[in-house]
Amino acid sequence: MPLKVLIPLLENNVAPRFDLAAEVLIAVLDGRGTIRDRKLLIMPQASAEKLCQLILTEAVGTVICGGIEEEHYDYLTWKQVKVIDDVIGSGQAALQQLGRSRLQSGAVLQIADRL
Amino acid sequence: MGILVVDAAGRVLFMNQHLELLTGARADRVVGLPCALVLRSRCCVQQCTGSRPAARGRGGCRQDDILARDRRRIPVRITTTPLLGSDGQRLGAMESIEDLRPVPGSGPASGGPYSFGDIIGQSPQMERLFAMLPVVAQSDASVLITGETGTGKDLLAEALHQASERAKGPFVKINCGALPATLLESELFGHQKGAFTGAVEDRPGRFRMAHRGTLYLTEIGDLPTPLQVKLLTFLDDKIVYPLGSAAGYPADVRVVAATHRNLEDMVRRGRFRQDLFYRLNVLRLEIPPLRSREGDIRLLLDHYLKRLSVRLGRTIEGFAGRCLKILLHYDYPGNVRELKNIVEYCANLCQERRVQPRHLPAYLTDPARPAATPRPSAAGSPPLLPARKDPASPPGERIAERWRDVEVRMIREALVQARGNRSRAAAMLGCSRSTLWRKIRQFGIEV
Repeated sequence: MPLKVLIPLLENNVAPRFDLAAEVLIAVLDGRGTIRDRKLLIMPQASAEKLCQLILTEAVGTVICGGIEEEHYDYLTWKQVKVIDDVIGSGQAALQQLGRSRLQSGAVLQIADRL
Repeated sequence: MGILVVDAAGRVLFMNQHLELLTGARADRVVGLPCALVLRSRCCVQQCTGSRPAARGRGGCRQDDILARDRRRIPVRITTTPLLGSDGQRLGAMESIEDLRPVPGSGPASGGPYSFGDIIGQSPQMERLFAMLPVVAQSDASVLITGETGTGKDLLAEALHQASERAKGPFVKINCGALPATLLESELFGHQKGAFTGAVEDRPGRFRMAHRGTLYLTEIGDLPTPLQVKLLTFLDDKIVYPLGSAAGYPADVRVVAATHRNLEDMVRRGRFRQDLFYRLNVLRLEIPPLRSREGDIRLLLDHYLKRLSVRLGRTIEGFAGRCLKILLHYDYPGNVRELKNIVEYCANLCQERRVQPRHLPAYLTDPARPAATPRPSAAGSPPLLPARKDPASPPGERIAERWRDVEVRMIREALVQARGNRSRAAAMLGCSRSTLWRKIRQFGIEV
């Protein structure tokens, strides 16, 4: 079953803060973990509330992020969104690890050069 | 204090244990990573990424917040110091990260009151004031604090400084009413050697000492007129001219002034310069008197009692019902300072679990004993009103009972009861024999 994933980005890496991310990557993984579709969205302004709204309207199943406040984490998990937080590394590396079912909270992955 | 050392590219070289605890990150896992991904401070994310490294290279201090691994947002103060090689080349930077959350136990006692620095209160009046303070603190404009004596003007001025961008700079206080005009001018602006008889060396004034910090001018209403002109000139030009010197120097100082006087009235009477008043009155903070702060009396009573009980090693749980009734109905003309003194008196005297009316200062329980603080009279307001709301209390002027007088009376009474036996008197007072001896000498009590 396809899985929609959202990653807040800071340049090419997973954004260190969910509330300050102004760019997000939305990708679709198929049942075998292969990336089937991906798009980059630029937010008009960084806002955790707007991001939560986007996650729900886009029917995202999993969020990969760096730091996230308890309030937003609880809200998303309450809305049945899986949140893998405290991830450091490039968005691409995070997606690949998720596709292999190896991504966990607190993971430190390959960093993208541009930061 | 958390310490983070980064190289010239902003990659983490070192993180101390304190910062590990604060952020929840493990130093061995984050060495070599960009600091923005590790520290997760607002400024790092917004200004200090790889494509915009300029902010990292500058030294300085900023208020910020970080997002810890346990998903809490923590207010911090980050001081960045560039690390330079002998050739002046930047090798990296050291950041010290100070946790700005209140220390558990040092905060208000109960009821979830709002606070700012050491000032606490949950009345609507104080809520309005607290809402303004962060904005005022971040501004660099002059501030005028007004309020009756004992309301906490000094505390507020210092709290403003601590919450401002100048927090790492000096906070210099001077009482404009405590010195004669000539001395005050030299104190404020400094003097040059030979400027007057006795000026044997150059002396920096308070303005110079407060460079890159805050100068707090208390009792500004007592500032002599010639100095009002000089202060106005400084506020306009930001240049200080020491006494006897034609050359001025620029001073980066934020001026916070306070007074219990009615400055508008003084301006009308020609006793305070109107232009200086307008210059100081850029941001005005009025601290309400305690009697008009709904609900704060109970809060402050509990707060100070708890704090003093801990300090004195007592196990006082609170105030007995009748005692509380007396305290809540008192008018507190001396405001928070008087309330604090009353609680200190009770805490010293009370040997029981609850403070009883007999532990209160006599002027609160015995209307016949006029001992309350006279009501502070701002210019233009009626002076010296009765201090109690109780209609049975006698009107008229009341005489201040200072803590020193109270202590002297307590010591004398204890000595009489102990028939001159100092060990027994000390035990009755709840202090050591040496403390009693020291107090007897200090107050010159004849035994």
